[in-house]
Amino acid sequence: MHRLEEKLKILADAAKYDVSCSSSGSKRQNTGGIGDASFGGICHTYTEDGRCVSLLKILLTNHCIYDCAFCVSRKSNDIQRAAFTVQEAVDLTMNFYRRNYIEGLFLSSGIFKNADFTMERLLRVVKKLRTEERYNGYIHLKTIPGASDELIKEAGTYVDRMSINLELPTEAGLKMVAPDKDHASVRKPLAFVNEQIQAYKAESALIKHTPIFVPAGQSTQMVIGATPETDFEIMQVANEFYQKYQLKRVYYSGYIPINNQNSLLPQIGSAPPVVRENRLYQADWLLRFYDFTLEEIVNPLHVNLELDIDPKLSWALRNPQLFPVNINTADYKMIIRIPGIGRQSAMKIIQARKFGKLHEYQVKKMGIAFNRAQHFMYCADSVIRLGMPVMQSIRNNILKASTNNKLFQTQLTLF
Amino acid sequence: MYYLFDGTYSGFLCCVFESFERKEFDVIPLTGSEHQNSFFQNSRTITTHPEKAKRVLLGIQKRVSREKAVDFYKVFLSEDRKAWLASYKIIVDLFNTSKQVLQNYGNESTLYFSKMLQKVGRESHRMEAFVRFSKTADGGYYAVVEPDFNVLPLIADFFKKRYADQQWLIYDIKRKYGILYDKVNVSEVQEMPLDKHAVAAQHNIITLDANEEKFQRLWQKYFTSTNIESRKNTKLHLQHVPKRYWKYLTEKKVG
Repeated sequence: MHRLEEKLKILADAAKYDVSCSSSGSKRQNTGGIGDASFGGICHTYTEDGRCVSLLKILLTNHCIYDCAFCVSRKSNDIQRAAFTVQEAVDLTMNFYRRNYIEGLFLSSGIFKNADFTMERLLRVVKKLRTEERYNGYIHLKTIPGASDELIKEAGTYVDRMSINLELPTEAGLKMVAPDKDHASVRKPLAFVNEQIQAYKAESALIKHTPIFVPAGQSTQMVIGATPETDFEIMQVANEFYQKYQLKRVYYSGYIPINNQNSLLPQIGSAPPVVRENRLYQADWLLRFYDFTLEEIVNPLHVNLELDIDPKLSWALRNPQLFPVNINTADYKMIIRIPGIGRQSAMKIIQARKFGKLHEYQVKKMGIAFNRAQHFMYCADSVIRLGMPVMQSIRNNILKASTNNKLFQTQLTLF
Repeated sequence: MYYLFDGTYSGFLCCVFESFERKEFDVIPLTGSEHQNSFFQNSRTITTHPEKAKRVLLGIQKRVSREKAVDFYKVFLSEDRKAWLASYKIIVDLFNTSKQVLQNYGNESTLYFSKMLQKVGRESHRMEAFVRFSKTADGGYYAVVEPDFNVLPLIADFFKKRYADQQWLIYDIKRKYGILYDKVNVSEVQEMPLDKHAVAAQHNIITLDANEEKFQRLWQKYFTSTNIESRKNTKLHLQHVPKRYWKYLTEKKVG
């Protein structure tokens, strides 16, 4: 195999456990060179595991001084090591981008020597792309915890998104498998970059042509299923990080066993918790786009999300007093809370009912999951049911009717 | 009454014009070539007048906004006859009543129109994602596509902005035309050596850049290395990358 091919194989393989591949949220434009950002992001292809491939996701090197048990690149792991030169990383990015294979670069790295040395090398790649190649495509860069503020700040002027992974949802979990790490070293740079972003934003409100700084914001990732946190604990952390650091995304990555040396972690051969992961994303969506509060979804009495039904349905079943909803009069906020109705269909319902009362046959065609929704709403011609709906029988009905209820074998298709 | 037009968007808009002129509203718009192969009794051939088309377009823009008016063009590009009819009915309604028919999702035409609009949007988004350029020996980039709908006019601007400093050609093999960018303008090209037979043997006609194969191999290597075997999900994969697109996707070609 050609040497560059081999490096790419090793360093793409080592980077793939970072699930973020989003290329959205940036408004960077082509200023006399090549490339621009697509605000909505573009998935250029999908891997056989069904994940979006938007960015060239690589480590600059998988040499690492740390020995985190959950990480494939940990020091004690007996694997092939490799490192790209700055020029190789730049050439790969440019040649893939010019052929429309990718939206841009996702660059991460193992820590070699120390944090600043690593961050400086990452910075050289992105700087070269922006200044020498006049490249305006998307760049997602990992912030290296412990790197100096100056390096982080300079990197921020070249990239679209920065991220640092929390790795394990709680400090206690992290200490179990990665004694050298702590959450404080993640919080500090997240806070620092967020302050810079806010400062640039405030400035651009006053002055017209301020440079852009991390326009697509920051994100983080938590590994789930490696350590015994409940969904309530996980969502609490996510919720706090959304609020405190104004993150664009929190990613939940179902743990994929990579070694049998640490008896605290799930062993090789155990399946990644893909259904739970999907439920967490659905809960995350409810928080960010459906105006749910954390306590409505998970709380001390209900610490884990149900695996066989989605979190919105689960919430509705626990709140029979709010249903059924009259879709001809209810407001948007309530309509999006009906299981089986999303934001787009809710918008259609709101607009369409101005032209006359909506009947079941009309609503059915608007892209809703009628099988679920029918129990929680009524249209102009629905048969009126007296009293509160009996939730246990509704639950059974829905589970029975969803013939493709293979959730335990396959990942849901939403993400 | 079948209105037979020349297959252009202007021609389609002229059907609306004619329809109002003759006070004939039970109309089905079709292209003239379709007529020759069928038994349409009641039909009228519509001549395309750019100025009449423009009047209709301005009328639509006035009623729904400039931005929304583009949706009619997008739906027209679906080449779907039922969508043309739905479109025609909506435009007639727009002119006859002052109501915002485009939001009346309880109405069959509106719903069909909005679904088709979504499909065309999805297809042009797909093309923005699935175009795979090959670099030629003279430094240009070319790609062959076979989209479900006629979306090249919708993606030209995207590629122009993004690949501003390279020459490129995107050729629609199904509709036998392409868009060519010469670092200044995008223009339509009709006659290409890239017809169905030529594409099979395209390497004989176009000399590729010396490094082209290397980067295609690197991309294939990346594609397989970034996959997580223990999460394999073929159903989801196929849903996102339907098989009909595979033959033009570097990473899905066998090799």
